[in-house]
Amino acid sequence: MKKILGYADAWSVSPGEKIGFKVSSYGAERYRADLVRIVCGDDSPGHGIFRLDQIEAPFEGEYPGRAQPIDAGSYAVVSHAGAFDDLESFTVLAWIYPTTPVKGRQALLAQWQDDPAAGFMLMLDDQGALALRVGDGRGNTAEVSTGETLVERRWYLVSGSYDVSSGIISVGQQPADGPLDLLRPATASAGADGFAAAKTDFMFAALRSVLPNGKPGSACHFNGKIDRPRLASAVLNGADIVSMAAHENPCEQFDSLVAAWDFARDTGTGAVSDIGPHALHGRTVNLPSRGCKGFNWSGREQNWRHAPAEYGAVHFHDDDLYDAAWETDFEYAVPADLKSGAYAARLRVDDDEWYLTFFVRPPRGKASSKLAFLASTATYLAYSNYQWLFHERYAEVTESLWTTLEKTDVFLQEHPEFGLSTYDNHADGSGVRYASRLRPILNMAPTTPCWSFNADTHILGWLENQGIEYDVITDEDLHREGADLLERYRAVLTGTHPEYYTTPMLDGLQTYLASAGRLIYLGGNGFIWRCAMSDEYPGMLELRRAEDGIRYRDEEPGEYYLEFTGEYGGLWRRLGVPPQALVGVGTVAVGFDASGYYRRTGNSFDPRAEFIFEGIGKDEIIGDFGYLGGGASGSEIDAVDPMLGTPVHALVVASSEGHSENTLIVPDEIGFHHVAMDGVQSPLVRADMTFFETPGGGAVFSVGSIAWGASLPHNAYDNNVARISANVIARFLQDTPFEMPG
Amino acid sequence: MYEIDPARTDLAYEFRDNPDGPYSRELTRVINRLRIMPMAERHVLVCLERGRRWRLARIPSDRGGRVDHFEDQVFTDYNEAVWEVFKRRWKTVTGRELA
Repeated sequence: MKKILGYADAWSVSPGEKIGFKVSSYGAERYRADLVRIVCGDDSPGHGIFRLDQIEAPFEGEYPGRAQPIDAGSYAVVSHAGAFDDLESFTVLAWIYPTTPVKGRQALLAQWQDDPAAGFMLMLDDQGALALRVGDGRGNTAEVSTGETLVERRWYLVSGSYDVSSGIISVGQQPADGPLDLLRPATASAGADGFAAAKTDFMFAALRSVLPNGKPGSACHFNGKIDRPRLASAVLNGADIVSMAAHENPCEQFDSLVAAWDFARDTGTGAVSDIGPHALHGRTVNLPSRGCKGFNWSGREQNWRHAPAEYGAVHFHDDDLYDAAWETDFEYAVPADLKSGAYAARLRVDDDEWYLTFFVRPPRGKASSKLAFLASTATYLAYSNYQWLFHERYAEVTESLWTTLEKTDVFLQEHPEFGLSTYDNHADGSGVRYASRLRPILNMAPTTPCWSFNADTHILGWLENQGIEYDVITDEDLHREGADLLERYRAVLTGTHPEYYTTPMLDGLQTYLASAGRLIYLGGNGFIWRCAMSDEYPGMLELRRAEDGIRYRDEEPGEYYLEFTGEYGGLWRRLGVPPQALVGVGTVAVGFDASGYYRRTGNSFDPRAEFIFEGIGKDEIIGDFGYLGGGASGSEIDAVDPMLGTPVHALVVASSEGHSENTLIVPDEIGFHHVAMDGVQSPLVRADMTFFETPGGGAVFSVGSIAWGASLPHNAYDNNVARISANVIARFLQDTPFEMPG
Repeated sequence: MYEIDPARTDLAYEFRDNPDGPYSRELTRVINRLRIMPMAERHVLVCLERGRRWRLARIPSDRGGRVDHFEDQVFTDYNEAVWEVFKRRWKTVTGRELA
């Protein structure tokens, strides 16, 4: 159904910088490309607000279509051609923790070529049993299998060997001590014609393959963990295998040692270190998970930095993806006079189109407006290629809907190589921790359902309609530049759902607010999860959903510390920095079937808050309309909580009501679930519209609702949600400092 | 687990007549039951044109599998499309056809 897709090589660019666009077509021989400024991406019929402004660009024109494959699946590779050429007898061994033992052939440790067959391949065979295949370099192969299927999510010491003197190949799988269930060791041997090293890379967790476009790829991916892989130039007996696998550094103990890879050394990077005599170092590809519990994890430490020897495992997945690595089809040098905003390279074929979304910020070091719209790119990334709705059995009762797939969902279902979001589970059931923008993202574009990025275009469309000047900056910019970036602006405006924050992002926002910064939080469920970015992996987000919150899945116990930074993951609330202390409100409830509306409180008549309600009637109901659930308070909503740090002088100027039975209190608010947790019964299910001044002359205004933005366009942008928003922006952009109440 | 009484076709017709709700307590249970059936057995909709056209489909049980499109089941009214989904799932869960 999708015939054209692609991605931009950057999400945030300044005038004078170049951005590259990478395109793949699916059956279309040619496509047309042009540039559009995204004003509002909501194309729902009847809304009448969809607007993309075509902008002249040198790349505009027609291009030949071509298919560009994606090589998904993580692995590690050691590219040392000839390193094993002198190998005669050998033993290869590792600790492994298979998560899908039976899914077809899965390579564990291999240096293998098919034509002519040469090398060795320690693997799980079609039955999920340990097997070794060897080739003699003349095309003859031999294979031996234990015939005993490994049990998933149990540690095994596995080994395979070839004895040149006898021509015997052997394999052995030995379950780790500890589990109370019945696990059997197994061994097997067979004769072989010979062995000759292959002329190819040494691979962990995959085999080398060739992609349809002739580039190197990978196949036969292993799902699960590998720890302490070793290679010896001798046939080791059982005791030596155990000993070599047990020792952190077996170099001095074994003369026969060829290589001993220590995955614990390089957590947070793509490096793979060989501590053996030949320094056969390698690299990981497609970001397998590190900082993972090894075979010897004792449980005494939860932090991989404190006990690296117990965190020596790498968890590989056949659906990991970092960089699609497509070739560039065309580029764009952003002209000096291009206005800051959201843009897209639009790709069109006869009956399909796609948008490669990016943001143009003002020239580096400058602001071109008093107001910055902070595009929630960390959140866009966390949601990128979200597939939970059609993977999770209970998604429909969570969201109160009947599954309605987009064409993009159909495409993702049929193309798992495009990777997952941090809301999804890998095919092996483990939670996805990483999301990359270096791949096509099928839910960050105009014309997609109004959530995350496209919901934010309700705000952009309203700003344009009101003639309010704004710059666009992104989370990634904030992460790199901190408060310096924000301090160029009189006020900063969030999107509808700024959920994910790295520590530098939050530090930047706190520093900005501690001076004279002014923040307008026109969203809900904001500032919730700690995430991480890394210079080692530009464009990648890491997330570990520790402890509680709406996690979508359990994070692996013992693996709550982020690989990129070593920080403890989870809710900012659990980390002692609750959103209530930052913006006055924090998430209390979630519900997707219907939204509520706000009613003014007595505080709204306080002179400090008068500017907010200019032109709003004393008893006027606020936001009993909108494109998300029919009201301005809904989807995910936030309320004040003095115990969690809502400033003592904060004014709750309006609170919401009219919520549904399916709007339920979030897990982070519950000590013990009960039967009065819904929007009809619970007083906690509400959004608090909140305002407070800061000591530096700044201020914060929060609506605490994702649905607020979807009410802005109602009645051709003429409504009280739009009026309140405009009132706040007007005052927040004035030079006059806010004064703390006496 | 709650099981649908196939004789309670009145609940199905309550849904047909008022698909957006609010629903009676018993119909809510029926809807929830139809929404938690195994993924591999579910009929779903595919949006062909936002707010205008939908097609009946089934998601395969395996990732990477082809979505099974019902080419002759295209709807221009969302409530009619949802009613078709409801009827198909009712049949799957109860074994009985709804008229």
